[in-house]
This record gives sequence, structure tokens and C-alpha cells, in this order.
Amino acid sequence: MKTIRHLKIAGAALAVGLLAQTALSGVAQAQDREALMKEHSGGTMMLGAVSAAGTIDPHVNYTAEFWQVFQILYDGLVKFKQASRAEGYEIVPDLAEAIPEPQDGGKTYVFKLRDGIKFADGTDMTAEDVVASFQRIFKINGPTSGSFYNNIVGADKCLAESKSCTLEGGIVADEAAGTVTFHLVAPDSEFFDKLAVPHASILPAETAATDAGTSYIPGTGAYMIESYDPNDKMVMKRNPAFSEWSVDAQPQGYPDEIVYRFGMNEESMINAIQNGQLDWMFDPPPADRLNELGTQYADQVHVNPLAAFWYAPMNTNLAPFDNVKVRQAVNYAIDRNALVNIYGGPVLAQPTCQILPPEFPGFEASCLYTENPGTTWSAPDMEKAKQLVEESGTAGQKVTVVSEDTATSRAIGTYLQSVLAELGYDATMQAISPNIQFTYIQNTDNNVQISVSQWFMDYPQASNFLNVLLSCASFNEGSDASINIAGYCNEDIDAKMTEAMQTAVTDPESANKLWAEIDKAFMEQAPVAPLFTPKNVDFTSKRVGNFIFSNQFRWLIDQSWVQ
Amino acid sequence: MTDAALTVNPAEPKPRVGQSPMRRAWLILSRDKAAIGAFVVLMVIVLACLAAPLYAKYVAKSDPFRSNLSGSIEIDGKAEKIMQASTTGLGLGVTPIGPTWHGQYMLGADNQGRDVAARLLYGGRNSLLISSAATLICLVLAATIGISAGFFGGWVDMVLSRILEVLWAFPVYLLAISLSIVLLSQTIVLGPIEISSGSLALPIVIIGIIFVPYIARPVRGRVLSLRESEFVLAARGLGIPRWRILIKDILPNVTTTLIVYIPIMMALNIVTESALSFLSIGVQPPEASWGTIIQDGQGLLYTRPMVALAPGIAIVLTVLALNVLGDSVRDALDPRTKMR
Repeated sequence: MKTIRHLKIAGAALAVGLLAQTALSGVAQAQDREALMKEHSGGTMMLGAVSAAGTIDPHVNYTAEFWQVFQILYDGLVKFKQASRAEGYEIVPDLAEAIPEPQDGGKTYVFKLRDGIKFADGTDMTAEDVVASFQRIFKINGPTSGSFYNNIVGADKCLAESKSCTLEGGIVADEAAGTVTFHLVAPDSEFFDKLAVPHASILPAETAATDAGTSYIPGTGAYMIESYDPNDKMVMKRNPAFSEWSVDAQPQGYPDEIVYRFGMNEESMINAIQNGQLDWMFDPPPADRLNELGTQYADQVHVNPLAAFWYAPMNTNLAPFDNVKVRQAVNYAIDRNALVNIYGGPVLAQPTCQILPPEFPGFEASCLYTENPGTTWSAPDMEKAKQLVEESGTAGQKVTVVSEDTATSRAIGTYLQSVLAELGYDATMQAISPNIQFTYIQNTDNNVQISVSQWFMDYPQASNFLNVLLSCASFNEGSDASINIAGYCNEDIDAKMTEAMQTAVTDPESANKLWAEIDKAFMEQAPVAPLFTPKNVDFTSKRVGNFIFSNQFRWLIDQSWVQ
Repeated sequence: MTDAALTVNPAEPKPRVGQSPMRRAWLILSRDKAAIGAFVVLMVIVLACLAAPLYAKYVAKSDPFRSNLSGSIEIDGKAEKIMQASTTGLGLGVTPIGPTWHGQYMLGADNQGRDVAARLLYGGRNSLLISSAATLICLVLAATIGISAGFFGGWVDMVLSRILEVLWAFPVYLLAISLSIVLLSQTIVLGPIEISSGSLALPIVIIGIIFVPYIARPVRGRVLSLRESEFVLAARGLGIPRWRILIKDILPNVTTTLIVYIPIMMALNIVTESALSFLSIGVQPPEASWGTIIQDGQGLLYTRPMVALAPGIAIVLTVLALNVLGDSVRDALDPRTKMR
């Protein structure tokens, strides 16, 4: 009994000690941050990109280039944590005080808004702004209004008649209580993920329901856009109305000014960074400069994994890929190490023969199409591939590979053409402008047989790969918006995906196991040939310090300093 | 004071009575050292390109149209990987093997691990074929349009001249790029003829068409002047039929003008084909041309400049030889003509 009492006392002391340590460590971190802020705050950070990414309307723009920038300009009710690597997948409260508990079986969420948050124009952020922002997503026919936000009550009416969208019964504001209540049609395990992306940014209620184009819409972020010319530059300055409320969601940044220049090519940007005239470039460094950067500028290079994959969708409704044996043969024949070499070598890419990327929810290592099937890809099995082609009786048919007219995509397309020729097909390759290739290969009217494409996640959920890329709902014949490029529709697997999404509401772990099975089920039918998982290479100038890479939105721009 | 235009070159053979302009031109050319040099260079290039399959089989010992990203070769008894991953620093990047100056991979490999020298020769075949065929198409079309417009005059001239002016209104590369983008995106079916999107016929036709106004206009001008010349007026006065005047009097006099254009157009077409292929709207993989090889080498300029330099040098040599030859042919055949 005595021993137990001693143990209890010791346990209590330990708990108190741990709590004290945690609190002290938090205080220490805050003090560290304050000291770093004092030491490094200020200066102008210079960024570069080959081209601008179009509109700066956060409800419209759907590009990795500007989603990264929107992190420091705008906020949602919740946000992906501004933290390193996989910690960046965590969702934290932003304009809301806390992540609300689900009510009504996961169909209702009540967000309590923080007090005292202002937009860059000095006006207060209110519950009315939240409702108006979600209405605006539908009024401007936002690119994800039908896929991300269609589960909000009233969304169906908004999708049918966007201009008069009210989301009646879907989002209810209580100004007095400072709360916003969301009512969903059905429980949605990805609800918070969808609220954490820039398309759910909260904007002033009076914002016009048209694409803002090159005009800045005031946000609540640490920075605001002073000027934007897509042919020249974007200048961002500190938001005078900003006062830090959450280091996790919207931390104060280090530089006073951030200038994003557009129109330089990759080679000149590399030279500019080497000379200290530029601090970072959005575009990946050209292949012929990688060795130089990795040897002479190793301390300025940052290599990080991406939740993405390069793949070759095969049109399952067109010969010869309407035959599963041909699709499997292509998967067997591809030397994924060769493709890794094209991308820049084993440090920059990892061979894969499944759809979900490593370390992603639902990922379970598996490779059906390799010399020794198991968990990893080892070598192509050309014999098996040729045998499958022979069994299919399709050898000699004409096949055209459609790639983007960019160095990497064209090289991959050329390689696939070579593999198809080796398999006995009359193969050619067509490289078309990157501006149109992605929509061109989606439209069934263009009769694209096989193409080169890539997919980067919007948020860390398996459905964002499997359901988006291969569900029956993602296949729209004759449309440029048919992201199921393979045109593959399997109702059994569709039913499993619905089950996995429903399971995820209450039991994410079981759901992830289901997603792993679905990944395998798709690969047995091989509507796509996964090629490799790429890594991100950031090259920064010598003066850039405190480089933090989030797996969600990549480099946290304003958390690095330049002085 | 002397009038340069009237100065007679003592080396130039004096025209003899009854000697045809062709014979006289041949005599002048055979004594023109620059023309002979250019012709020899051109022949060496053409013969080398024609020997591409032999070179690939017996010297390079590889298929220049198949990716070889995981292969290796033996140089001086030592195995070398064709694609060499960096082993220093962070180990970033993979560089194709550089010029070995041996039979295999003499000029190195491109980003697909293919032998650049073998591809250079195969690419040259396509570049030369396209430029020659496009020149032929261009001259035939231009001659037909120019002679018809100039000889028949009236509404025929008006219609044809307006069509030429419309074509002329487009910048030549803009027209070529527009045609390429439209035609290369799908298979073209013209009755029984089916031209696939990767066919060499497409760049040939496109390049052949875009330069037609540039030849047809001077041809029309020449025919207009010939139509009013004394020997044509005399033939008309004698009641000789128009078709006979056209064939016996007009055509031979226009032919020399057209011959002068052949080497110049070929040079221009090689450059145009290379430009279009460089922009991915000319020759399509797996076929190669000097333009596509330059495009392949663009991403290797820092590490393997030879991939882009080799076809660039081949283009410069060929175009230079054709231009020198063109100038000599012009001087020999039609010394009074000033090229426009």
C-alpha cells in the first residue's frame, strides 16, 4: 500500500513536472521567437517564377504557385498548421477560436469566431463575412464549388442558380454570439480539410461576386498585396491591420516586403539566386544545373518529399488500352529507374507502382508490376509484358503518347513511346503546349490513348487521389473537366470508396485500411501506370535563413528571413 | 570612272553564238571555286546522312530511336554508364555520357541515353528531305500561280494576286506555327489519303506553302516583263497560239529564275524546319531532325553542350553551303536579277 502511495505521489510529481516543463518550453519557444523576430525582422525578400499564375482571387485561383502565397495573405475558419514537414498536415483553428465538435451525427458544426480580427482595409471580420464568403464561392462558380462545398445544405440550389445563392439553411450566422453554424447534407470526414484550403478564405462581405483578376481583395493575413502585374511582379507588404492571434495558423512574418518577379527563365533565376539578386524561385531548377547546385551550393538546396505522383493514364475506352492485359503490360514494361533518372536521379524521385504516395494516409507499400512483386519496385519485367501484349492480340496497333511540351514531360513521353515501340506497337509521341495539355487529355473527344500527367494533392486524404482521379463521378464524356483521364468507371470500387469516406467520419484508421485495399484494387485493373513520386527542390539565396517546408503548402515564405 | 554593272569579268567565259544559258552557266560554275567547295561540303553532308543506318548499325551499334536510360558501354576496357548519376555533394542530377570520340557515343548521349552522332545523321536525312520536298512543292505552286497570274492577266491575275497578298500579310513563322498547331493535332483524311499527326508530310506541306508568295510574286513580275518583250510580241504577231508561247518562250525564261531559288529556298526551309521542330510543331518523335535534336539538347546546355551544338553546326554548314551555291548559281544563270 505504501509503495502504491509513493508511486502515486511520484506520478503526480512527474505529471506536474511535465506540465511545468511543457509550459516553460512554450514560454521559452515564444521568447526564442520574439528574440529571432527582433534579430531578423525586416528587409525585402525577392522571389521569382517563370510566369505568374493568373488571378489573385483566392476563391478562383487553383494553382500551387499562388496557394503558397495565399497562406500569408488570407485565412479560413481553420487552416493547415504553418509547420515543418508532416506537421503541416495538421489542421488548426484560424479565424475560429477552436475546432468545433461535430453535432447531429457529424452534420452540424458551430464555429466561434475570434474577436478583434481585421481585414487589411481596417474593417472588422464578422460572422456575416463568413456567410458572404461561402455564398461568393458559388456565385463566382468557384472551381471547387461543386466538389468541395456541394455537401453544405443549400449548395444544390446555389450550383443550379449561382447568382442568387444564399446557402439558406446551410450556413447560419449569429452576430451577437459571434458564431457561424454549418449544416451539412451528410457527414463529411474531409470537411475541415476543405475549409482549410484557400478556396474557403474569408473575405469582406462586400467583395464583388466576380473574379477579382489582378485586383487585391483585402484579407486577414500577415501581408497584403500592394501591387500585382502578372507580366512584371507582385509586391507584398506587411498588413497594417494584422495582429498575430495564432502562431500555428497565421504567424507574423520576418521580411517587411516580399517581391515576386515574373517572366525570368529558370536558367536566369538560378544565376540570379547564385548572385544574391533573387532569394528563391518557384520553378524547379533545370536538370543540367542540378549537379552544380548539389555540389557547389549544397547548403542552399532543400530537398523535400511531395505528396504527388507522375503517372500515365491509359484510356480504358480506347484500343488498345480497353484491354486490361495491355494496361498491365505497360505497367510491367516501364523501367521506373529510367524515369527517375529523367527526373534528376534517385535523390529527387522514387519509383512507384501504386497511386497513393508514401507516408500518405491510406498508403500501404505494394507493387504488382515488378520483376518480383511485393512491396517495392525492383526492375521491369519485359518478358511478362510482351507475353501479355501477345495474349491481347493488339501488337502493331497505332498508339500516340500525349505529353506536355516541357522538358520533363516530353522526356517521359519519349521514353513511353520507346517502351510501347519495344512492346510491338506503332508508337508516336506528341508534345503539346502545357497551357492546353491538361484539359486536352481529359476530353474524350480528343481520343487520347495514353498521356503523361501528374497529380499533386489538395489536402492529405486518400480520396483526394483515388476518388478524384478514378471515380465514376470524375469521368465526364466530352468535357474538358474530366479528371478521370483514364475514363475508368468501376461501380464496385466506387461503392468501396463511398464506404471508406463514410467510415472515415468516425474511424479514420479503418478508413485508411480500406483506402489501401482500394489502391490495390485499382492497380489490379491498371487504368493508370504510376511512374514515380517526385521530390521538391528549393534553391535559396545565401541570405535566406530559417527555411521551413510544410508538406501541405511547401515552403513557408514569410517564416524565412533575409537579414 | 567605270560602271560596275558593265564591267566584264575576264574569268567569265564569253557567250558563244548558239550556246544555251544552261551550258554557259555550267561552264561558269565549273570554274567557280566557292561553288565547287560548297557543293563538295553539301555532298559530304548528304552522303553522311544517307549512310545513317549503316553508321547506327556498324559504328554506333545502337538504335538511335530507342531510349537507353539504364544501359552502359565499354570504353577502353572500362564499363561506363550512359546516364551517370551525380555522386558528389547532395547527389542531385543525372548527366548523359559526354563525347567518347570512339565509335559508340562519339558525340555523347542525349537525355534519353541515345547516341547523338547516329541521331544527327538520321535527323539530317529528315531535315534535308523536308527542305528538298518543301522546296519542290513551293516552286511548283509558285511557278503555276506566278505564271498564270502574269501571263493571263485580267481577273486571273487579280484573284491570284489577292490570294498571295492575304498569305503575305501573315508573318511567315506565325503562319507556319498556326498551320502546324491545327494540322498536327489530328489525323487528316483527304479521300483515300490519310496523313497521321506524326507524318513527315505535314511539315513538308506546311513549309512548302508558307513561302509560295515569296517566289510567286517575282515569277509573276518576270512573266509580266516577258509578256511585253519583243520576241513574245513577235510570236503573237505571227499568230502563234498562246499555249505555245507559254511553253516555248515564257517557261524557259522563268526556269532559270526558279533554279536560282532552289538552293536559297532549301537553306531557308532547313532553318524553318529546325525552328518548327525546336518548337515541337515540326517533326514528331520518334522521328528526329536537326531541330528536334537541338530541342533535346536545350536542357543539357550546361553539362552536355555537344547535343545542341552538333546539329547547330550541321545546320550552319549546310545553310552556308547552300547559300554560297545559291549565289553562284544566281550569278551564273541570271546575273541581272536582284533577289528580293
